[in-house]
Amino acid sequence: MTAEATPSLVEDAAATGPAKSGPAGAGRAPRARTTTAYLRYVAGKLVGAAVSLLAVLVTSFFLFRLIPGDPVKFMTGGRPVSAEQIAAYRREFGLDLPMWQQFTEYCGKALTGDLGTSYQFHVPVMDKITEALPNTLVLTGTSFLLYTALGIFLGTRSAWRHGGLGDRLNTGLALTLYSIPSFWLGLLLIIVLSVGAGPVPGLFPTGGMESGGKEGFAYIVDVVHHLVLPVVTLVAVEYGQTLLVTRSALLDEMGSDYLTTARAKGLRDDLVRRRHAVPNALLPTVTLIFVNLGRTVAGVILVETVFSWPGLGGLFYQALSVPDLPLVQGLFFVFASAVILMNTLADLLYPLLDPRVGR
Amino acid sequence: MTTAETTKTPAALGPRALAWRRRRASAARFWKEYRRHRAGVFGLAALVLFALVALTAPLTVGSDVSSVTDAPGRPLESPSGHFPLGTDQFGRNLLGLVIWGSRVSLLVGLLAAVLSVAIGAVIGITAGHFRGWYATVMMRVTDWFLVMPTLVLAIALATVMSRSLGTIVLAIGVTTWPTTARLVRAQTLAVESRPYIERAKALGGGHWHIMSRHVLPNVMPLVLAQTTLIISSAILAEATLAFLGLGDPTVVSWGGLLQDAREAGAVSSGDWWYLVPPGVAIAVVALAFTLCGRAVESVLNPRLGVSR
Repeated sequence: MTAEATPSLVEDAAATGPAKSGPAGAGRAPRARTTTAYLRYVAGKLVGAAVSLLAVLVTSFFLFRLIPGDPVKFMTGGRPVSAEQIAAYRREFGLDLPMWQQFTEYCGKALTGDLGTSYQFHVPVMDKITEALPNTLVLTGTSFLLYTALGIFLGTRSAWRHGGLGDRLNTGLALTLYSIPSFWLGLLLIIVLSVGAGPVPGLFPTGGMESGGKEGFAYIVDVVHHLVLPVVTLVAVEYGQTLLVTRSALLDEMGSDYLTTARAKGLRDDLVRRRHAVPNALLPTVTLIFVNLGRTVAGVILVETVFSWPGLGGLFYQALSVPDLPLVQGLFFVFASAVILMNTLADLLYPLLDPRVGR
Repeated sequence: MTTAETTKTPAALGPRALAWRRRRASAARFWKEYRRHRAGVFGLAALVLFALVALTAPLTVGSDVSSVTDAPGRPLESPSGHFPLGTDQFGRNLLGLVIWGSRVSLLVGLLAAVLSVAIGAVIGITAGHFRGWYATVMMRVTDWFLVMPTLVLAIALATVMSRSLGTIVLAIGVTTWPTTARLVRAQTLAVESRPYIERAKALGGGHWHIMSRHVLPNVMPLVLAQTTLIISSAILAEATLAFLGLGDPTVVSWGGLLQDAREAGAVSSGDWWYLVPPGVAIAVVALAFTLCGRAVESVLNPRLGVSR
């Protein structure tokens, strides 16, 4: 999504010219002067985020009211039920009220953290979400750290020796993995490494997060054991984009005069790379890293479904197949607000990292 | 495409013939540049191959390959001389199904990408041309779509609408346009700041004239590259939606085949030959479109340094 958006940032950096030494060194003095400007910028971004969140809330309500059919029918699963029971269901879930009243009630409750009651599990949606959230955070957090580190590391290597065999292999592999459906890769990994194909024995569990009955250190080892395949899948399909953006950002920096100066000073090659080129090239990557989390949200739905990981993504899939309206609605809201929060965070961080932006 | 041609033109040629000659020349120049990108040529070759397979599918396999009632083999046979890729749980020939599935996957990918790029181009050009509140509102809407997790929104749309190919196309198309809109708007702003737009205005050119005759041709190359890139993600999105059971259950597509495989227990019984072909097909086509798109992009804009 964002690979296309970055060239403008890169161009912007090039247009300003190489008249800077690095993001850390520049702008220290004028920062105090521009604190008010930054605060105003922060306030603007926060208001924007709040408006977006409100829009998500409205969308999540009306979008899922469009599902044809009576939600009560889904709840009862086609069993014959008496008219009183249906009426009781309608009352329980507030479906007997007119649409606008349902909406105002939904918004009011959502602001206090109440997202309604799941049709399927008959417990508050918020409980299901808080129960699954830590599991998803473990999975996404681990993969996010790994693929970002891997992408930046390989992207830097690739750009520094661009055109070489290593670069071509790196880029080719990244593009190939990027084109692979994540769920398919997950299924293949399960077949080869969990079920066992031919001479390979089943090395990893086929799904879930724990085998049960373990405590303390053994429990952690068990969870990590279950974590390996889903994380490998997510990292494999996600690192390519970080790699490509880091690579093209660094390529753009490489012709700069300040690098020639650094070399003329007699700095070693890897010092020129680490101290001078990479910090500047990382700027466009930072935005991407945060926005990438949005893509990871989508990837996590598939990966959790395939590996039956008890997180938000797996829950979303379960809720979809019913469809469990309040749960789908609540999860949609959570996913979208996660992305909005990450984008806002990126917006807030960016001017601190790059003094040329937002001042 | 905007650089002036330096070839001497005989005065005898009319303006129309002249324009065509210029277009031919720039197409030739484009192809000459494109050929230098080996990955792009490889991608193009793969696409031509897949397009031929999909177009000739009615002749080679025929539509009754997807019929469940008179399947030729026994359920879940391993690959053999008779069934090169084995059979599915209904005893259908998997090779035939993969070939037949290419039609739906490619068609949905193409249509969704065209829809997405069309929306993006229209919004981008109009938001770049008309300034003021219209542009502000449009860019707000674009930003709003941009922050939404695309797949989640597409899943939501596919859930609330009926199960059909049209739904899938619509769900992918209306969720993936914002990047195109942003790119096209930026390009439109750049084009409109050039003097010849002012000249056109001075000569009495209206909004429609400027947008269709001056902005659109200049934005077109960008749109083309963007389409190629979006097709690849649209094919992946189609496979994903079908895999989640949101596709049309009556048609055969690559994502649908993967869902069938999972439901038939191909994973737990280790029937890798059922899972591998549709996934490889998806990956190869998506990769081919990406390679083509990147090659087109770097021909049009060498500064991007995509494959230096």
